Amino acid sequence: MHYEYAIEGGNFSKAGLASSEVKKKLRQLNVDNQVVKRVVVALYEAEVNIVAHAYNGTMNVEIDEEKILLVLQDSGPGIPDIEKAMEEGYSTASPEVREMGFGAGMGLSNIKKNVDHLDISSEIGKGTRVEMITYINRGR
Amino acid sequence: MRDPDFHHALKIVRELCIGCTHCMNICPTEAIRVKNGKAVLIDNRCVDCGFCYRVCPVNAIIVEQDDFDRIFEYKVRVALVPAVMTGQFADNITTRQIHSELMELGFTHVYEVEQGVEVLYETMKEYLENRKETKPLISSFCPAIVRLIQVKFPALVDNLIHLKPPLDVSALDFRRQLAEQGYDNNETGIFYITPCAAKIAAVKSPVGEKNSPITGVINMNFIFNKVFTRIKQRKGNSCIIPETRNLTGRAIMWSLTNGESTHTGGRSLAVDEIHNVINFLEQLENEEMKDIDFLELRACDESCAGGVLTTANRFFTVERLKKLAARAGDGVTGNKKDNNMIERAKTRLKKQIPIQPVRPRSMLKLDEDMAEALRKMKRVEEIGKCLPDVDCAACGSPSCQSFAEDIVQGYAKLNQCVFVQRIFEKKGILSSEESFSIMKEVWGSDKLDKNC
Ligand SMILES: Nc1ncnc2c1ncn2[C@@H]1O[C@H](COP(=O)(O)OP(=O)(O)O)[C@@H](O)[C@H]1O
Ligand code: SF4
Ligand SMILES: [Mg+2]
Repeated sequence: MHYEYAIEGGNFSKAGLASSEVKKKLRQLNVDNQVVKRVVVALYEAEVNIVAHAYNGTMNVEIDEEKILLVLQDSGPGIPDIEKAMEEGYSTASPEVREMGFGAGMGLSNIKKNVDHLDISSEIGKGTRVEMITYINRGR
Repeated sequence: MRDPDFHHALKIVRELCIGCTHCMNICPTEAIRVKNGKAVLIDNRCVDCGFCYRVCPVNAIIVEQDDFDRIFEYKVRVALVPAVMTGQFADNITTRQIHSELMELGFTHVYEVEQGVEVLYETMKEYLENRKETKPLISSFCPAIVRLIQVKFPALVDNLIHLKPPLDVSALDFRRQLAEQGYDNNETGIFYITPCAAKIAAVKSPVGEKNSPITGVINMNFIFNKVFTRIKQRKGNSCIIPETRNLTGRAIMWSLTNGESTHTGGRSLAVDEIHNVINFLEQLENEEMKDIDFLELRACDESCAGGVLTTANRFFTVERLKKLAARAGDGVTGNKKDNNMIERAKTRLKKQIPIQPVRPRSMLKLDEDMAEALRKMKRVEEIGKCLPDVDCAACGSPSCQSFAEDIVQGYAKLNQCVFVQRIFEKKGILSSEESFSIMKEVWGSDKLDKNC
């Protein structure tokens, strides 16, 4: 199954909608609860990062019996130092964004913790691509 | 997979049902369909919240209760009454008066459910402390919420607090007290006066415990009418004086919104009304809300004051109980005898208060087998493309999405959709006579045998 969702930069009231849709699909597919939980947390963080840090983007979801592949591609400022961005607590979020309860700097590290494979590539001034894979039957 | 012993207190009376779809449209778990002009309940989706009961215009949905005369099968007949019962009456009618009328009706003992709160309170504090790392811990007070989490939020079952609600704690405690006083346990019937269908379901098929200490359940509106009539006729001169133990303010408020959350410490939140709860839990599952320690979730607006079997306006009920609570004050009553009783109950019941972990029973999955579920999902999506997305419910399902799922699961046929019928008719693959008879299958003949 393949799904694509558009993500609007700066629109915090809509942040999380695409993740919720994907969660519903995974539940319908009877994917293990713990796997759903992990995928949804990672997806949500990645979605919010586009809303908070980029201009706009897309979320592509590919589900088969083995794995869930998630690709989030945005056009935005890009990440100059990915390694640094991955550090817990590192954030460039504006005070306004923090005011809204986002921007604790835990997003990327949280993603890393929750998926089996993570690949981030970024081009300054152009955008960022986050690819995540979660295997469905691992550890079961 | 279906729970074999899953009891529902809500029943649809076929003869009365006019198939109006009010219930189907309000049901928070999409547990109702219309077939042959009658609403039908899908057992393993229903959480007994009772919203259907509220909206039915012809009273075709009933809450099944035990026959009142069943109480007379017991020598010791205990009425277990929640504080919201007092809240059904105006300020000038006292709790004592209400209880004494209950005894006139045939009960030998009247106890308040919330007596169990003080016993539970300490156990709960300890429990919250021990499970601090689980965030948030979710109260298991409201049985409709426990079931909602089982069927719709299976990933959250481990967040539920595995402790009995005050009702069960009280029932156990009173059973013990009566036994100590020399009464035979087999001759003791404990009857709960319930404000809702969910509590009945919980008594008849408990989640996380083997059997309930409660013998039977009687609907609050039924008892209210009886008591109110008597009080009016008697003009306030009742004869029997029941023994009472005063409730603390905390106990009086426990079943109302914020009743638990104000005492749990940490970051505690209360959400009431089941549709609100669903929205909230959707967000919670995404971990959009972090660092909440405790969640009090109740199916009814204004919690038990808004139970489907209550009679009084819920806001007046809350007002009255608030006044009573303010007068009672918090903490234990100060009465030495009461305090001793609570202390004793705590030690005795310690082992009985915990319940077993709650199992998920997801209603969302299209199939146990993921490969099959994937195939079904593809079908659902193909069908979805043919449907108009107007959620008119003329097919007998609450939404186009649920209709598509019903088709794939074999519960409905595509040509039940009135829009699809028009498309098929235009294509010449369905005659208008055929459409007509399909609609009769969904809606019964009454609605279609009209002279227009
Ligand atoms: N899609 C993105 N586009 C641009 N910058 C990003 C993006 N995602 C993350 N970043 C950068 O990485 C930092 C750390 O991200 P994260 O760990 O999610 O923390 P937070 O979003 O709370 O700041 C962000 O503050 C931001 O500078
Ligand atoms: S909030 Fe109270 S009255 Fe309403 S369903 Fe839950 S327990 Fe019953
Ligand atoms: Mg982030």
